[in-house]
Amino acid sequence: MDWQAFALTLRLATVTTAILLAMAVPLAALLVLGRGRWLAALEAVATLPLVLPPTVLGFFLLVLLGPRTAIGRGIAALLGHPLAFSFDGLVVGSVIYSLPFAVQPLVAGFAAVPSSLVDAARLLGAGPARVVGTLLVPLARRSLLTAAILSFLHTVGEFGVVLMLGGDIPGSTRTLSILLYNQVENFDYAAAERTAALLLAMCVVALAAVYSTSRPRGGDRG
Amino acid sequence: MVELNLNARRGSFHLQVECRFATEWTVIFGPSGSGKSTLLRLLAGLDAPASGRVALDDRVLTDTRRNLWIKPGKRQSGMVAQQTALFPHLSAAANIAYGLAAMDRAARARRVSDMLELVGATELAALRPANLSGGQAQRVALARALAPAPRLLLLDEPFSALDGAASDALLQRLQAWVRANRVQAVMATHDASDALALGAEVLLLHEGRQAAMGPAAEVLAIERQRLIERLKGDGRL
Repeated sequence: MDWQAFALTLRLATVTTAILLAMAVPLAALLVLGRGRWLAALEAVATLPLVLPPTVLGFFLLVLLGPRTAIGRGIAALLGHPLAFSFDGLVVGSVIYSLPFAVQPLVAGFAAVPSSLVDAARLLGAGPARVVGTLLVPLARRSLLTAAILSFLHTVGEFGVVLMLGGDIPGSTRTLSILLYNQVENFDYAAAERTAALLLAMCVVALAAVYSTSRPRGGDRG
Repeated sequence: MVELNLNARRGSFHLQVECRFATEWTVIFGPSGSGKSTLLRLLAGLDAPASGRVALDDRVLTDTRRNLWIKPGKRQSGMVAQQTALFPHLSAAANIAYGLAAMDRAARARRVSDMLELVGATELAALRPANLSGGQAQRVALARALAPAPRLLLLDEPFSALDGAASDALLQRLQAWVRANRVQAVMATHDASDALALGAEVLLLHEGRQAAMGPAAEVLAIERQRLIERLKGDGRL
């Protein structure tokens, strides 16, 4: 077992999930509480990675973050290295690629909070940040957990974006899914089975956690 | 005193009101769908009118010509809606304390305790809304609206879940509190006895239009006559 790839995958998924939640909570709140036609465009952009082929997204990011663009050159000057083919680049790609998996559960959870509660909070002087922090997040905590686990799993399993943007650099961009691809390509099926089993186990455990929190409790059924 | 001149549309419903609430209590009276709740939401700033102006004493709260709209939480208004809208994850005491974020902890605890006592709900402090009856929830919702000491109190059928005696007792306490704190109170109801009990000025609404405005006995007599004529017209009298 390549524990370096395992640790890198966990690190990438953890960092990505943390960044995604920090971005997705205010974004989902804006989509639910905000008014204006531009919000439909914003939601479409936030959902785009769901339907865009990962290789296409990876290619765009590779070009955008590469030395041919001012953005890519600016980031390289700031960080001291180009984002493409680095762990930081993978984080950027993963955050964009998994954004809908964090935003959509939160939008559904926030939208399920009755508007009468939001009105009551506004009347009592709560601004948008307090409404989100004291009302939407606590009342939609299951959606928050679902968003976290789906973001984590989606990052663990991503392949196209990682390959396009990060390549296959051991300890830097070689994740478990890239490792699995390499093992199969080298006909090392025994190692591939172990890697695939590990990825499968991670997904099953995480999904079981999602469903155990979202299933209604026995007592709620009356 | 509240001065209002409002035009608002909600789908095919059109509300048009121009009047002045000069007495301590004003009752907005009318059948379901006449626009009572819509008017209260406009006064609270929860909805914006198509055009118009609202002023509380010398302070303008809404003026569409000047593109002025004070946020709900900055209007110094408290509201108890038909749905109590208590926060389900907080205790009754925490619900009441929600609007007191600017107070220090000791003052906040004192105010919460005072409010619970005022509405006769001291024993409910630690309970969550799911464990409250409809009447208890309405008491807590009233305490939450009063806690920040609003200048304008908006009540939308606030005692509908309380029985007659409990409702009368709570209304008496509330009247005394309103008088002592120099609050302008506006209550929407379709119960004529509430309007008479308060001895308030009544704004009569019909299908979003201002049908009458004046002392309770006079306006309710107009409404009674209108009902009799409608029943005669339907052949039921």
